Amino acid sequence: MSFTVDVRRLRFRYGGGPWVLDIPELTLERGTRAFLFGPSGSGKTTLLGVLAGVLEATEGEIRVLGEDLASLSGARRDAFRAEHIGYVFQMFNLIPYLSVLDNIALPVRMHAGRRARLDGKGVKETAALLAEHLQIGNLLDNQVTELSVGQQQRVAACRALIGAPELIVADEPTSSLDFDRREAFLDLLFQECERAGATLVFVSHDRTLEGKFSRTISLPDINKALR
Amino acid sequence: MVILDLALKSLRNRAFSTSLTVGSIALSVALMIGVENVRMGMRESFSNTISQTDLIVGTKGGTIQLLLYSVFGLGSPTENVSWEAYRQWAEHPAVAWTIPYSLGDSHRGFRVIGTNQDFHRHYRYRGGQEIALAEGRANVDLFDVTLGADVAAELNYALGDEIAVTHGLGEVGFLNHDHMPFTVVGVLAKTFTPVDRAIYVSLEGMEAIHWEGGAPPASDDEHVHDETDAATADDGHVHDEADAATADDGHDEEADAATADDGHDEETDTATADDEHVHDEADEATADDGHDEAVDFSIEDVEVRQVTSFFVGMTSRRDVLQLQRQINDFENEPMMAVIPGVALNEMWQGLGYAETGLRLVTIFVVLVGLLGMLVSLYTSLNERRREMAILRAVGAGPNRIVSLLVLESVCLSAAGAIGGLALVYMLLSAGQSFVEAQVGLYIPIRPPGSIEFLYLAAVVTAGFVMGFVPALKAYRTALHDGLSVRV
Ligand SMILES: Nc1ncnc2c1ncn2[C@@H]1O[C@H](COP(=O)(O)OP(=O)(O)OP(=O)(O)O)[C@@H](O)[C@H]1O
Ligand SMILES: [Mg+2]
Repeated sequence: MSFTVDVRRLRFRYGGGPWVLDIPELTLERGTRAFLFGPSGSGKTTLLGVLAGVLEATEGEIRVLGEDLASLSGARRDAFRAEHIGYVFQMFNLIPYLSVLDNIALPVRMHAGRRARLDGKGVKETAALLAEHLQIGNLLDNQVTELSVGQQQRVAACRALIGAPELIVADEPTSSLDFDRREAFLDLLFQECERAGATLVFVSHDRTLEGKFSRTISLPDINKALR
Repeated sequence: MVILDLALKSLRNRAFSTSLTVGSIALSVALMIGVENVRMGMRESFSNTISQTDLIVGTKGGTIQLLLYSVFGLGSPTENVSWEAYRQWAEHPAVAWTIPYSLGDSHRGFRVIGTNQDFHRHYRYRGGQEIALAEGRANVDLFDVTLGADVAAELNYALGDEIAVTHGLGEVGFLNHDHMPFTVVGVLAKTFTPVDRAIYVSLEGMEAIHWEGGAPPASDDEHVHDETDAATADDGHVHDEADAATADDGHDEEADAATADDGHDEETDTATADDEHVHDEADEATADDGHDEAVDFSIEDVEVRQVTSFFVGMTSRRDVLQLQRQINDFENEPMMAVIPGVALNEMWQGLGYAETGLRLVTIFVVLVGLLGMLVSLYTSLNERRREMAILRAVGAGPNRIVSLLVLESVCLSAAGAIGGLALVYMLLSAGQSFVEAQVGLYIPIRPPGSIEFLYLAAVVTAGFVMGFVPALKAYRTALHDGLSVRV
């Protein structure tokens, strides 16, 4: 059995606040392209944070690639994330004082385990190839502040994909794009996930995109904290 | 390494606030090191107020007191040393040279110092520099004076001017001894030491000032008294050698006759003339080496009875301690010898609290500079929350966030420290000669020593410690925010 994500009895809250997540069960098979939706404040971003090991689950079992994140120390979770997970934010994905190339290369430079996944190819070469695939090959040396929002999101996708992590987590990456760009971005993202054999968890309000995914998850349906 | 790279790029990205922060730290560090340099320069010039003098000898009393009156012209001795005792030590085989001083008088607030040609020959200051004359010549005759540079400048005296000297140290210098005027024959070059603020006369001239009646005491009289039956005139006009006659305009022709000076001296057999008046009978009128004073005895006629203190130069430095002991144990008179280097150091140490205060102030200035850095880092954190979330998303742990911010503050303080050091050397090399010319303070330019490195290390360490304040704040927000930061 190879679930990329296998969550059992997850409960989470910020500090001493109310429960934000209460998810008895959530599993994602390897290679799944999951569409996660729910109203604002339903805990989508929070769930992604827990899956990525940035937030520590208050209770429960969170297995990612077979590793129980809840049992790992903070530092080990950080290392795990660096090596196995790619993350795309809704916007403002990039570090303003780094060039496009440096932004893409960031996870590889941050963690040796991720670098080991480059198959012996150089960081720059790999980044250039990915950028080529996402049609920003000519922008590598630019400052990120000179890019359009669509270009920025593609840079963020490149960064998530570099080193071929098993799990790509994207938090509304298309919400600041217009319709045509949205479609183009998704197609490119899917293509790269397929190439890398990655599992994708994609959060969006935009139900029109739903049909492109292999699985749809309604967070209000699985999150008992909302009832 | 990646974190250092990030830190540097992030600082470069905020170039304006970075350069302001580095600039303010550099200024404060420059102040701290600059003060240290000035302090050392001051100390050096202080202990070099006199040089090459091995012992200062005076009557028994406080070490500092002896130093104060014989070197700095402050305060006055209680007792003097007899001329016999002085000569005895001056002729000691271990002694190469001496400079005798006779102190205790003043002229319009400046010290009058009686000494002899040994002063010009042997006095050294600031690493062996000699006393030089800016104008005129050294004082050799009884009523010659040479002025320190400041005295000449402040009192606006020129060569040939006549001045009166007061017995005692008061500010008023007009009434006494007006009839015994000294003539300015030389002005010393500026030394930036207490020499500049003194007036130099011969030992004999100094002795003459002390004659209470304005005349030398009877030769066999040990002490000076008024109302003696010696050749003193009530009004202070002395005429020993009666054969010399001078006349003024109103009383020419009768050269052998006595002339009246303001109605006095009717009974005297000599005539006196005021300097303003022309002497017609030049061959008959004799004046002491061209001066027209009423006083016409010469330097050979004066017997020096005592000195206040004297400087000693040794033939061999090794004998200093031994001679010092001998002088301190001298039985004929209570005497004391001090080693100027040691005593000056002791005195400087006594001023230590001022140094400590100064240093404390500069340390606070540096702390303020570093606090500025802390504030600028701290306030930048809010706009950098996004950056922190991104770093966390790509696998940076909270510890890496901490090290990023601490590194930034270390970089800032290190850059400030190095910049401050550079600034000090720039200012020193630009202003060294100016400062020396203006205030006589020579600040040596040395390669940075252990004190500088200690300061720089302290600044960087303080920057490191302070970096934890914003870093821990970032750490907590990073842990709490997770990935849900909204801009
Ligand atoms: N850092 C935080 N500290 C405390 N509470 C938080 C924090 N982040 C989110 N929350 C709360 O947790 C709940 C879920 O927030 P979350 O951001 O996961 O929702 P979301 O589904 O992503 O919403 P949106 O669609 O607006 O992005 C909300 O009630 C929110 O107020
Ligand atoms: Mg969200």
